Amino acid sequence: MDSSRRRVLQLLGLSSLALAVKPVFNAFAKEEAQAEEPAAIVKQDPKALKAKQWAMVIDTRKFETEADLEPLVEACHKIHNVPHFENKRHEVKWIWAVPYHNAFPDKAARFLSEEVETKPFFVLCNHCENPPCVRACPTQATFKRASDGIVMMDFHRCIGCRFCMAACPFGARSFNYRDPRPFIKELNREFPTRMMGVVEKCNFCVERLAVGQLPACVEASEGKLAFGDLYDPASNVRKLIASNYTIRRKQALGTEPAVYYIV
Amino acid sequence: MKDKKFIVAGVIVFIVIATFPFWYNRGKAAPAPVTLLTEKAKAAKVCVRSTEYMKAEHMQLLDLWRESVVRRGERVYVSPGGRQYNMSLSNTCLDCHSNKTEFCDRCHDYVSVDPYCWDCHIENPKEKT
Repeated sequence: MDSSRRRVLQLLGLSSLALAVKPVFNAFAKEEAQAEEPAAIVKQDPKALKAKQWAMVIDTRKFETEADLEPLVEACHKIHNVPHFENKRHEVKWIWAVPYHNAFPDKAARFLSEEVETKPFFVLCNHCENPPCVRACPTQATFKRASDGIVMMDFHRCIGCRFCMAACPFGARSFNYRDPRPFIKELNREFPTRMMGVVEKCNFCVERLAVGQLPACVEASEGKLAFGDLYDPASNVRKLIASNYTIRRKQALGTEPAVYYIV
Repeated sequence: MKDKKFIVAGVIVFIVIATFPFWYNRGKAAPAPVTLLTEKAKAAKVCVRSTEYMKAEHMQLLDLWRESVVRRGERVYVSPGGRQYNMSLSNTCLDCHSNKTEFCDRCHDYVSVDPYCWDCHIENPKEKT
């Protein structure tokens, strides 16, 4: 082929012209594709509850014994298909009770009053504002939802590496060492189960918030737990925090837990 | 070259074994599966999208649904026809298509795909255990 300077310049000019015209053709192609079927719309339920950062206030003064906590744990674990394993090492839990010195190890003075020492305290995922589990997750299976601050699990993405469990300072996460299905006492058919090899934890009942209901434990608590927007000064949780002395778990770590305890 | 007959015999045996599935199954192509609709699905007439779209793209649709529901919290799907649906595999899809074995499994078995939806999502939401 004759590759004179003139020929090369001509080719270059033609190529750049073709590149300039390409977006026009692209636009045509797109219009045609859209014309085939109108696009569907995806939106939120208008009933959905909204907040900048959901928070919970637990009034520990109103919980005396394990029996007071049991119905709330039961309500949560039942609707979320949380399995019950006899073996402690396989245990899966979303919300549970621990003694004071386990819930607040940095605030446990010596020679505590017997009442505080023996009373059970509710613990669950704190839905931290600065969650270390989210930073540890290599697949973004756990993430902090920007719209309402809930730390969520996407079980489709979880690869079961358990980095999040190591990163969480509250032990809020459980791993499914075994297939959980046979260990679910009563299956709630409207909610999925989990499979072997994924991590699970409390989800602040996103599925209930999305249809305008409060979390199951809050509903079952008859006012002992409060749930609301931490950044709305008029919300019930802010009023409770403002009018009572509250503590949070391991606050010094800087994860900014969103679960407050009135003591 | 005195091993020639062994080599030729070996090659022939190999070809016969390697092509065995083809000539053994010749003319016996499995019929394309027929999916059954439940009474409820028949009565509803329309799915969330057209039948052709659902046949070809239901996996992309479900992928969009899971992304939208889990990660963005948007749970209502407004179909091009203007109907609203709760984006849920167990509670919406399987509400009409409650016959998973005759609806989902037939095609999935035919094309030899094994989606792991059912490891977590409950496959027969309406049936009592």
